[in-house]
Amino acid sequence: MRKDSHPARTAWLVIAGLLAMMLLFAGCGSDDDDSTSGGETVEKLGKGEGKVNLISWAGYVEPEWTKPFEQKTGCKVNNKVAGTSDEMVQLMRTGEYDGVSASGNASARLFEGGDVDAVNVDLVPNYKTIFSDLKNQSYNTFDGQPYGIPHGRGANLLMWNSEEVQPAPTSWDVMLDPKKATKYKGKISAYDDPIYIADAAVYLKAHQPDLEIDNPYQLNDEQFEAAVDLLKEQRPLVGEYWSEATKQISAFANGDSTVGTTWQYQYFALQEEGKPVKASPASQGFLPSEGATGWSDTWMISSEAENPNCMYMWMDWIVSPKANAQVAEYFGEAPAQSLSCDQTAQKDFCAKYHAENPGFWKRVYYWETPLADCGDGSGDCKDYNEWVQAWTSIKG
Amino acid sequence: MEAEAAVVRRSVGRRLAGLFHGRPRLQVGALLAGPVGWLVIGYLGSLAVLLAAAFWSVDAASGELVQTFSLENFQTLLDEPVYKDIVGRTVLIAALVTVTDAILAFPIAFYMAKLASRRGKAILVVAVLLPLWSSYLVKVLSWRTMLSSGGVIDWALEPIGLSGPGYGNTAVWLVMSYLWLPYMILPIYAGLERIPNSLISASEDLGASPFTTFRRVILPLAFPAVVAGSIFTFALTLGDYITPRLVSNNQFIGNVIFNNISNNLPLASALALVPIVVMVAYLLVARKLGAFEHI
Repeated sequence: MRKDSHPARTAWLVIAGLLAMMLLFAGCGSDDDDSTSGGETVEKLGKGEGKVNLISWAGYVEPEWTKPFEQKTGCKVNNKVAGTSDEMVQLMRTGEYDGVSASGNASARLFEGGDVDAVNVDLVPNYKTIFSDLKNQSYNTFDGQPYGIPHGRGANLLMWNSEEVQPAPTSWDVMLDPKKATKYKGKISAYDDPIYIADAAVYLKAHQPDLEIDNPYQLNDEQFEAAVDLLKEQRPLVGEYWSEATKQISAFANGDSTVGTTWQYQYFALQEEGKPVKASPASQGFLPSEGATGWSDTWMISSEAENPNCMYMWMDWIVSPKANAQVAEYFGEAPAQSLSCDQTAQKDFCAKYHAENPGFWKRVYYWETPLADCGDGSGDCKDYNEWVQAWTSIKG
Repeated sequence: MEAEAAVVRRSVGRRLAGLFHGRPRLQVGALLAGPVGWLVIGYLGSLAVLLAAAFWSVDAASGELVQTFSLENFQTLLDEPVYKDIVGRTVLIAALVTVTDAILAFPIAFYMAKLASRRGKAILVVAVLLPLWSSYLVKVLSWRTMLSSGGVIDWALEPIGLSGPGYGNTAVWLVMSYLWLPYMILPIYAGLERIPNSLISASEDLGASPFTTFRRVILPLAFPAVVAGSIFTFALTLGDYITPRLVSNNQFIGNVIFNNISNNLPLASALALVPIVVMVAYLLVARKLGAFEHI
């Protein structure tokens, strides 16, 4: 370096330049891309593109049913497992994926953001025989058009270690009532996502009727505050917040967690490992007394899909009677395809999972996106950004 | 035709050569245009766009960016006490990891630079570099297993009546200190190697005790290297979010950025400015301490 140069001054110039650039971008950003509706809905299916890039929940895309799909269509399946709906939205916005198995707390956001296209259900022959109470729902149909193919549904589970937690809990109070939950301080496992606030709301709906909670996802100030306070009380008792299924499996396997909220995927994986885990039994409908949050998932197609034909073939394949039965049994959820009930390996599978019983699902609150207008324009609710910020302050 | 084309081509080449001949500045300019352009446009430019988003806001329903200037995000960061806790926690752990690594690294680096045989030095350099060859995730997940209740650490501490720290801030501190140690050892080793042995002998000849020699001769000369190493350990800890996620329940700056990036990019960008400001302050202090004198 030459004697007369001033490295400090150069550095300051670079920083000043950066700041100037930053302010320039911030000031004169253009908002010309108002593209809420992406491309056009596909009219006719062409030849497969040779591959399809998916985002899915753990256990939704497994070789057992992707191998036959690849053989039949020549579309190679590339799958990316996401742990939370936020992650799914984020991945979809990269535009590098053809489709996603979106839950209700992602589907509305994806639609509003113009990240997904309407689905031409005529190109999905298996759509006709899907359970009718899954079609035309607020989380998969927008502007009167179907924006996806229902995949299956289920409830989030209360799981516990049967050697440590006795008697078998029948209510979420074992995790959420501060008095009862102290017994398991440091051993409680909670889902690491803002949507977990709804689990507290489901609990409060049953235990504090004066709050008048109707929909646990559309909460006014008072209801929201009560749910957040409940989770802040729970915070010091929580041993671990999980968002990767594998992380929770390892925590239950080695005894770091003994009671928590979970998915069927982890529950079955732990049972297979021979761990002493239990969940609310079938006789209680797999539900604690308050009911539970749950999901009804939808395969959606990206508005920037590079392989739309293969994606359409995939959407048809995953709800075909055999494949939908396989994925439902593998994951432990109710299939969306009515014809799948004849194809399951366990004969009474559909009955066990209440697939054909619309009444059962009234106590399961499918994930949906919290909206400022409460979803039906009725009032003043906390929007999703406020949920995210509250979640940050709950975790501290 | 072909011959003509060749003549034209040659003359173009020759003209270009003529252009560059005797113009060293132009030569250097042409050589650096690519890499510097990449640095400015691809790297600093995208950074500027990211940070510009800190002044935008987001439409709650769709998650679409609203590109109008506002200071709302910074207001949120200042108003909500949780962000102060998170920034404080992150900076504190980063500082602790840096101090821990400096204390651990100095003796190892000193042995490598001044005492070990040629062969011993080679073995130690490989031993320090070896962990860098394995995946970061594998290392963190191994720590997760070791720190679990009834894991190796609990088992080892049990005979003396103690138990492991479990998951939490202590675990993050331990794992980060482990992960970034090589980044501290290598700069200190390089710094110590540059100190001539004759200086140490001279200090001894003049009657200084080993401790005085260390304090008055070695440490001042090696200090810039320690500061250089600390920049690595501090910055790496400040930015990491996977380790906290796997071995604790606590949020660090990176975790909150990660949680907000999909639905509230502006808030994430505003938060991303915090480590940058902290690092700039750190670098200014480091410069005062002479970390960049030999660069």
